Amino acid sequence: MKDFAFHRPTTIKDAVALLRAHAGGKVLAGGQSLLPVLKLELAEPSDLVSLAHVKELHDIRLDGGTLAIGALVTHDQVHRSPEVGKAIPALATLAGGIGDAQVRNRGTLGGSVAHADPAADYPAALVGLGATIVTDRRKVAAEDFFTGLFQTALAHDELVTAVHFPVPRRAAYAKFAHRASKYALVGVFVAETAGGVRVAITGAGAKVFRLASFEAALGKKLDASSLAGLTVPSTDLNGDAEASAEYRAHLIGVMARRAVQALA
Amino acid sequence: MTTNQGIGAAVLRKEDRRFLMGKGQYVDDMVLPNQTYAAFVRSMYAHAKIRRVDTTAALAAPGVVAVFTGDDIAADGLGGLPCGWLIKNKDGSPMVEPAHPALAQGKVRHVGDPVAMVIATSKAEARAAVGLVEIDYDVLPAIGLLADGVKPGAVLVHDEAKGNLCYDWHIGDPAATDAAFAKAAHVVELDLTNNRLAPNPIEPRAAIGVYDIAADHHTLYTTSQNPHVIRLLMGAFTLHVPEHKLRVVAPDVGGGFGSKIFHYAEELMVTWAAKKVGRPVKWTADRSEAFMSDAHGRDHISHARLALDAGGKILGLQVSTLANLGAYLSTFGSSVPTYLYATLLSGPYDMPTIYAEVKAVFTNTVPVDAYRGAGRPEAAYLLERLMDKAARQLGVDRIELRRRNLIRPEQFPYQTAVALQYDTGNYQATLELALKQIDHASYDQRKAESAKRGKLRGFGISTYIEACGIAPSAIAGALGARAGLYEAATVRVNPTGSVTIFTGTHSHGQGHETTFAQIVADKLGMPVDNVDVVHGDTDRILFGMGTYGSRSAAVGGSALIKALDKVIDKGKKIAAHLLEASAGDIEFKDGTYRVIGTDKVKAFGEIAFTAYVPHNYPIETLEPGLEESAYYDPKNFTYPGGCHLVEVEIDPETGVPEVVEVAIADDVGTIINPMIVDGQAHGGLAQGIGQALYEEVRYDAEGQLTNGSFMDYCMPRAADLPNFKVGNHVTACTHNPLGVKGVGECGAIGVPPAVINAIIDALTPLGVTDISMPATPEKIWRAIQAAKANKGA
Repeated sequence: MKDFAFHRPTTIKDAVALLRAHAGGKVLAGGQSLLPVLKLELAEPSDLVSLAHVKELHDIRLDGGTLAIGALVTHDQVHRSPEVGKAIPALATLAGGIGDAQVRNRGTLGGSVAHADPAADYPAALVGLGATIVTDRRKVAAEDFFTGLFQTALAHDELVTAVHFPVPRRAAYAKFAHRASKYALVGVFVAETAGGVRVAITGAGAKVFRLASFEAALGKKLDASSLAGLTVPSTDLNGDAEASAEYRAHLIGVMARRAVQALA
Repeated sequence: MTTNQGIGAAVLRKEDRRFLMGKGQYVDDMVLPNQTYAAFVRSMYAHAKIRRVDTTAALAAPGVVAVFTGDDIAADGLGGLPCGWLIKNKDGSPMVEPAHPALAQGKVRHVGDPVAMVIATSKAEARAAVGLVEIDYDVLPAIGLLADGVKPGAVLVHDEAKGNLCYDWHIGDPAATDAAFAKAAHVVELDLTNNRLAPNPIEPRAAIGVYDIAADHHTLYTTSQNPHVIRLLMGAFTLHVPEHKLRVVAPDVGGGFGSKIFHYAEELMVTWAAKKVGRPVKWTADRSEAFMSDAHGRDHISHARLALDAGGKILGLQVSTLANLGAYLSTFGSSVPTYLYATLLSGPYDMPTIYAEVKAVFTNTVPVDAYRGAGRPEAAYLLERLMDKAARQLGVDRIELRRRNLIRPEQFPYQTAVALQYDTGNYQATLELALKQIDHASYDQRKAESAKRGKLRGFGISTYIEACGIAPSAIAGALGARAGLYEAATVRVNPTGSVTIFTGTHSHGQGHETTFAQIVADKLGMPVDNVDVVHGDTDRILFGMGTYGSRSAAVGGSALIKALDKVIDKGKKIAAHLLEASAGDIEFKDGTYRVIGTDKVKAFGEIAFTAYVPHNYPIETLEPGLEESAYYDPKNFTYPGGCHLVEVEIDPETGVPEVVEVAIADDVGTIINPMIVDGQAHGGLAQGIGQALYEEVRYDAEGQLTNGSFMDYCMPRAADLPNFKVGNHVTACTHNPLGVKGVGECGAIGVPPAVINAIIDALTPLGVTDISMPATPEKIWRAIQAAKANKGA
């Protein structure tokens, strides 16, 4: 690991100012993705701006039809939150399946969202539920937020502060995990929302994506049988030693069906 | 005094006190005054000529003390890393032994091959300077895969090894085997691979070299399973210093599984460099480095043929194996696919004739050597896959086919067709016990219940044997071993009766500090807390060959018994003097010397005290003191064996296999501590299931290591494993004083074929006939798809 300057601001404003001042700086939240990257020297930031002392990003609030979760809420807190469990049980389940206990105790919602790992679990929920990402300066729809492989709509000095999830009628997440890393080889989030059925896939492509053909079929009848005979082309899917693109395409169908069967 | 802590007692592990308190002392925990830190510049190429190494920038970097290259060690005459076992070709000529320099000499031959060593005042500075060593490579085509190494015209890893062959070896009787096949009613054939594994002990390798200029003496602290062997090899072959000028210490070591047997470049380099820089030099591998520098295990491709008569009785076996040795011969790399593999091909079966050929191949990959089981898992996997295929081909129940062929108790001692003589066993008993433990009688109900949940259930069996307690020195020597394989022990009775023992074996997870204390407690009739076990230090222990091949109890424990017998005998003479009797009339039992048939007694402690305060003592005929040493060279290998049963459930939609039941019955000989024996079985089973389902080191055809991290290389985790049902049926080894056989490796040997056999059994109704290890979900899914397509066609 290369040397870096370490900052621990107490407000979002100061954190943003620090990022603005240090073009080579990086935000440190729970560190579950950033620290391994630093240890392997895959990134060599000049400065780390830790959010550990920022107080205001830790809330979970259910406000009418919207569940608002602060960026520094850990995966474990989401998993165990009574509000999340009541409003969107699928989100609590998803958070409880991220990585392992150590990762869930340190890793944060905002960190995961900003990192935009193509195999992370949260992006499927954000896109599947039509969530809104709140930053220090604006609101961005989840579908506009994830722009590519580890790419988001965030500016260098922009911080995720919260995610607003519209509460769906029902939702479920079915994940097929990489056996070693426990990241999603394929994760399918299915939600019955006020605006219709949404199906979001993580792990299978360069970024999270919606599957229009599945949404259309499930929109007619929200039942696993509606997916019978539907296949997913493997053309643009990830393929690697753990799972080929063809296998991932197959798993999307299986996991989507299981998600539909698990809707709650 | 009687004790309930002797042989057979489930005594809690004495060493766990310090481990659970975080007070273990591992090499990396040691901080020596003025120590420096080493980091290695490793090749990123699988095969390349080194045109130039420029250390200028690295030497100028902050904190850098020295940078050494291959030229520096060549100038100092540092020897190459030797191989400890000479294998001869079919024609009697010796194997090819290419040089294995500690730092590359003009050429690198695998990703991770060390090219230069940077020493700095901090670890961070050393690592930072690694990137500043400029190496000008001329990249060459490489052999990344075993099968490519023997193709005509293949690139040569070593110019002197034509066809990339280290040796072309064989064992058994080809003519008799041909004859057996000629009269066979059935011939069963199978091609299979044994997947390459990374040992991955929890503690990566580490070493600290220290040089005392005043005494002209070296000390090496290293993560070793056999410090005396390392001293021997460094003295004779690599560092060229006499033994009295070199102390090797292996303190607490966090697992080895074989990978810490071998003499590695890094421990040699820190010892050598400590003298060069005049300061201690420390190196600790990180996990990425471990993946590309610890010796790997397995990596075979085999073709096997089994001949059977009409009644399903085995007539003969033919095996042809390609074994990957990696880029260089590791310390025992040559012995693993030969005398630790092919000699086990009779398994637990009465097999009249066997012929096996092994071609050992150099490739541009990390050297391959012994890993938990070492050769024996490869043999068991081949044989047990073959037995299952035979049962299907003949239409005979798999258990029944084994029953027809297992060696019967009255056939012992049993001479196999491949050199070994099994002394004892009862394979029928372990088979029946395992079947009972898994409740095989109600298997069909479980299968039906699985089917209701949409799962395909399969049952897998493996009846296996291994050869442990390595090894009779004369036999090993005749087969090419360049060392003896005895063991040594010292029993020091302290003046007030407590005991310190010194063993040449090494404990790195096995629990010797407890089991060896139990042996003493049993023999001398004292609590285990009165016994301390010292291991892992060439200056404190007389000698030893270390711990591997499930040998510590069988060989080291036997040496300890011999030394204890000497102590007891000397005590008899002292007791006879004190009790005014003849030594022949003294018996020793439960910690007390007694004149037989009388109430005249002396406690062991009194005898010990008298030995050190010899006021009333037979000083004319007996020396004071009570300390005895013994060496023990085994008469034969030991032959643990047993039966491992597995039930799996497969999700036919995704191909995901789950091991849902594991029941085993082993015969490991006399059990010293049943808790530790169970623990050894559990660990071995986890690693065996790891091989069957999860683990595989992957190289691409160009020799790049493509999964050298825990993000990609899948280790088995607790959540992947069911509760194990572990049983034992003991037949005592007939040729060592404890009757022990060894338990360290049985799990890793017996269970992989049982898992694969269970998976194939589950998929047989769909038409699947083969699955290779590791049986990944995608592999299983593809096999199902292919079988469906076949059926449709």
